[in-house]
Amino acid sequence: MITARRILARSEPWVLAAIVMLSLLIQARSGQFFTGNNLVDLARALIVPGLLSIGCMMVIVSGGIDVSFTAIASLAMYVTDKILLQSGYSGNVLLAYAMSGGFGLLLGALYGFLIAFLRLPTLVVTLGTGSLYTGLMYGAFAASASDVPPSMIAHGKEILFTATNAKLGLTSEMPSQILILVGMLALAFLLLRYTMLGRGIYAIGGDEAAAERAGFNVRLIKMFLYCFVGALAGITGISRISMMAYADPSTMLGMELTVIAAVVLGGTRVTGGLGTLTGTILGIALMTILANSLILIGIPTYWSRAFTGAVIIIGTGVTARQIASATGRRRELKKTKGGGA
Amino acid sequence: MKKDQNLARLLVMLAVVFALMAALRPGQFVTMANFGSMMRQFPEYGIMAIGISLTMITGGIDLGVVGTANLSAILAAKLLIGAVPRGAPPEQALPFVALAALLALACGLACGAFAGLLISRFKIPAILATLGTQQLYTGIAIGITNGRPQSGLPLLYSNLGNTEFLGLFPLSFLIFLLAALAIGLMLSRARFGTCMYMLGTNPKAAQYAGLGNASILVRTYMLSGLLSSVAGLIMMARANSAKAEYGTPYTLQCVLIAVLGGIDPNGGFGKIAGVTLAVFILQFLSSGLNMFNSISNFYRDVIWGGVLILALVVNSLLARREARLAVRRGARATRA
Repeated sequence: MITARRILARSEPWVLAAIVMLSLLIQARSGQFFTGNNLVDLARALIVPGLLSIGCMMVIVSGGIDVSFTAIASLAMYVTDKILLQSGYSGNVLLAYAMSGGFGLLLGALYGFLIAFLRLPTLVVTLGTGSLYTGLMYGAFAASASDVPPSMIAHGKEILFTATNAKLGLTSEMPSQILILVGMLALAFLLLRYTMLGRGIYAIGGDEAAAERAGFNVRLIKMFLYCFVGALAGITGISRISMMAYADPSTMLGMELTVIAAVVLGGTRVTGGLGTLTGTILGIALMTILANSLILIGIPTYWSRAFTGAVIIIGTGVTARQIASATGRRRELKKTKGGGA
Repeated sequence: MKKDQNLARLLVMLAVVFALMAALRPGQFVTMANFGSMMRQFPEYGIMAIGISLTMITGGIDLGVVGTANLSAILAAKLLIGAVPRGAPPEQALPFVALAALLALACGLACGAFAGLLISRFKIPAILATLGTQQLYTGIAIGITNGRPQSGLPLLYSNLGNTEFLGLFPLSFLIFLLAALAIGLMLSRARFGTCMYMLGTNPKAAQYAGLGNASILVRTYMLSGLLSSVAGLIMMARANSAKAEYGTPYTLQCVLIAVLGGIDPNGGFGKIAGVTLAVFILQFLSSGLNMFNSISNFYRDVIWGGVLILALVVNSLLARREARLAVRRGARATRA
């Protein structure tokens, strides 16, 4: 009884239930949801926001918020792309990942320093760096849609398997980049669960002063966190342009809102200290299904933005209420215990 | 004492920016034409910056100001376009112009009240709640207009908006001064202003002091919404139309102005006088940069982002130094 209640007090089962209901609704309306090619298409659409959500979730767990990771991803991938194109590089795509990840790390380190060592508020800092990085990309690098090196095109064509929809004659290909998402999820899982660093991220989000007293090096952990987020964003950028086979500087800008909404929807506590990767991926899956199926469920395209806004508000509202009632319950529990003693 | 130093610093900065621009582009910057155009440009975002500053004083932030401004303007524009036939005489248009302005202001109040309720009753952190409302209001504005600009406003409206007093001061400039003065007085003299500072300094203490945090928050965000709708009406007069995506970069600029003007993003500190000076600094910079053809518009993003971070760093270093000095002063006092 208690375990059932504890499970239902979390957000993951509710998000899962919402995904199932929505899938059934779309299936009933279009008959096209549970087809191989639709599911593969959804998985494909999930890769980039999924990768971005890992870093975003870790930042929110630590009690911060980051609105500039898409700017990092765009700038890092664009600079990497330009350098590789101009040098006529045709070797392994791993170098592109390493370079973009490295640039991302540097860009993340810049605001990581401001946040960790100068203790500046994360939202205002990342608003600033976001504008700075996008401005650099369009101003200093005069960014516009451009080609990608051959190795990236080849990388984008690596297909794991192909799903065919016999009825409509549509085929969808599962890109190999999904393996990067799986690998990064595994890495983040191990980091958050089994390392002192990962526990430190949760500890800081729970109570920074307490974490410091408990012996966590709060500054170093925060510094690491933003470097990690930056590197991850850089890697995501390369995956994105490889899959698209050309480098569009604006392709990821603006995605940060949906990603933040999905992370919060997935049960990550907005004030920090709580959050799971399972919930985050479920949240991303829900947002992806919603975004890909708005027309199928009968919402005109002009209203899609209002719809995103409503989902953000309802999703964060529900989670915020849940947290409020959970802390309320804990307080009551304490009271009754105190009365008994 | 601290705030006076902040104002002095801002005045110096204003003078430096002015001198720099005047020295580099004397023929263009120090002209009546330039001052006239500057006075037309800053009121719209200056008024929104005052709104954001209010919410930051209470320890929150309102990222939905631009959405609120556009939604209010679009509702007003829809009413005007629908109710006033083309080429109608001003006497016939006047009551509808007044009605449209009232509708916009009511819309701003409602938008703000909704955000305030989300924050105070549903306990959604202000950042997320207003990221959501910004999407929602912009989305509704796109939805009801199919993303198209609403033009064909009665002539009277843009004429009113472009009225100049004493042949020099546009109406929007006077509205900005009035708003800054009224909000500044409210913060320093009225009970409500003190409540806002107390809530921003320590919400728990404010709660136990019986200030009624929820009601203060809702009223603060309503004020921010009201100011945003005024900005929306000004934008509509200047562009002679209303559109869901006008003024998108203003959000960042307004946060920048608030921080530069000495509003503490953690809440509890800041004055409207500082914000007003920051508005002037930003406008001087922006107009000055316009006079250099070699500087692409995208560098503006770099400059705004850079100035925002620089202002944060400088404010935090100064605050730290002051805290250190205070400790030293305290130690000296105990020794004596």
